[in-house]
Amino acid sequence: MYPDELSYTREHEWIRVDGEECTIGITAYAQDELGDVVYVELPAVGAAVTRNDPFGAVESVKAVSDLFAPLTGEVTALNDELDAAPELVNKDPYGAGWMVKIRLNDTDELAALMDAAAYEGLVNELRS
Amino acid sequence: MTTQPPIYELSSPGRVGVDLPALPEDGRELADLLPATELRDDLPLPEVSQIDVVRHYVRLSQKNFSIDTDMYPLGSCTMKYNPKVNELTGRLPGLAAVHPLQADEQVQGCLELLSGLEEMIGEIAGFPAVSLQPAAGAQGEFVGMMLIRAQQLRREDVRMKVLIPASAHGTNPATASMCGYESVSIPNGPDGEVDIEAVRAAMGPDVAAVMMTVPNTLGLFESRIQEVCDLAHAAGALVYCDGANMNAMLGRVRPGNLGIDVMHLNLHKTFSTPHGGGGPGAGALCASAELDPYLPVPRVVEGPDGGFARSSDFPHSIGRIQGHMGNFGNLVRAYTYIRSLGAEGLREIADIAVLNANYLRVKLQDVYDLPHDRICMHEVVFSGRRQKAHGVRTLDIAKRLIDFGFHPPTVYFPLIVEEALMIEPTETESRETLDRFIAAMRTIAAEVETDPQRSLDAPLSTPVGRLDEATAARKPDLRYVPPA
Repeated sequence: MYPDELSYTREHEWIRVDGEECTIGITAYAQDELGDVVYVELPAVGAAVTRNDPFGAVESVKAVSDLFAPLTGEVTALNDELDAAPELVNKDPYGAGWMVKIRLNDTDELAALMDAAAYEGLVNELRS
Repeated sequence: MTTQPPIYELSSPGRVGVDLPALPEDGRELADLLPATELRDDLPLPEVSQIDVVRHYVRLSQKNFSIDTDMYPLGSCTMKYNPKVNELTGRLPGLAAVHPLQADEQVQGCLELLSGLEEMIGEIAGFPAVSLQPAAGAQGEFVGMMLIRAQQLRREDVRMKVLIPASAHGTNPATASMCGYESVSIPNGPDGEVDIEAVRAAMGPDVAAVMMTVPNTLGLFESRIQEVCDLAHAAGALVYCDGANMNAMLGRVRPGNLGIDVMHLNLHKTFSTPHGGGGPGAGALCASAELDPYLPVPRVVEGPDGGFARSSDFPHSIGRIQGHMGNFGNLVRAYTYIRSLGAEGLREIADIAVLNANYLRVKLQDVYDLPHDRICMHEVVFSGRRQKAHGVRTLDIAKRLIDFGFHPPTVYFPLIVEEALMIEPTETESRETLDRFIAAMRTIAAEVETDPQRSLDAPLSTPVGRLDEATAARKPDLRYVPPA
């Protein structure tokens, strides 16, 4: 459910760290809680994002929810496929359902992220 | 029930429903009687008999779910019965056949009605000034926040933040944003009310206003509302109240007396004017004496010879926000409702609305989780957490209720309650109807444990079953396709 090689936030995003570039998406728990995703709104390539500030939104059949930036940096790539196929977020949240790539400003921010075990603990707490 | 084809599918060449008058016998043809632009044969109208037309539309109307057929406990929407006397007065020719551009002296009755309605709403809500212009609750909110902005800008007191509790209506942050403010979310305490310490901590010289929904979307009265008003006023901020839930407080609470500065009321909820289907609505806006000069124009004022007149001579007004005098037909209906009930009747509405919601709370809380186990106001918010453990979600429970003849409650709102089921019975349902609703909810809860698939497949009794909501939202296909 929560791959070990990824990092996580309390806002249910996952982060794949690759040097200074990070790939970001939402977790299996998040997509399950949201229900069927119908639209993903993402920032433009080149946009600056600030840790903990909203940088996009996910619309599901239930509600529209903000996406919070897990890290501060600049958007370097978007997953264009989500425009035509937002259901990828439900079907493959850690793979084809990725959302944006960000070039980090400050790698020190990585220390604030959770590992898979800590995130799973958070989810279990929410489910109990 | 089967699907009803479009009326064009019923067309048969040459069939008519009415006998048109014969041409005069003096030899003149249609072309002599009508302008050429009105004579066309390129307009494909359906050719049907009267009974075809009657059956077609009656069948369509029977497919509608409406308050005139069944209970409609859609939380926060106040889907009460709209008394038919409202329709009687709404259609009186003196009120229905006037034109807004007629001179004041020709529409004295209409202006008197507007003035009287402003006065009654001001009395009910506790405010000296009322505008009947906004066409809906959301527009009432928008105009209310524009008044605050206009006053602060006139004083050169620039403030950028609006504090909004997490339990407020979802339109509130949208309103703040539309008025150029940054909204700051304030958490709720464990009792479900706004966290007063968080309000205190966030308050400051950069705060323009606090937007409070009372009762809040958890169906709870904000018992510290006066303290919120005091904190705001001490910091130079104002308090907006979302009065969409006024049905719970009629004749019991006058929000103006609590220190609220500006508030809208949804006449199409609390005062029984028709709603659903997108309007037209009416969102009366109530304002303090300080905000009165900024209200939209035109306003009804005393005329030169003692009668009534319309005036736009208010130099600080934010201007026009709506065509003419608002949705007048709805205002006639709200006026009728208030006058036919009187003060005692209005108070009884609040009492019974609250009693009905609490009856449901007590009768269902052993089978559905109740996140805030305390006396509620006009609506009760359950959580479908317990049912979720059996793989049945709130959405499925809502769909299954349709099979029992009830409109689903509001679901997944407020967002701060997991798997929320927000139920507002209103005062117009009898105890017998409430008992049938309770029995249906209990049957579903039991069924979830023994046969969850039934809820997952629901609705089972409608012309079309479970719709694919994701595809419906993304690729809506609304065309009629004739059966092969």
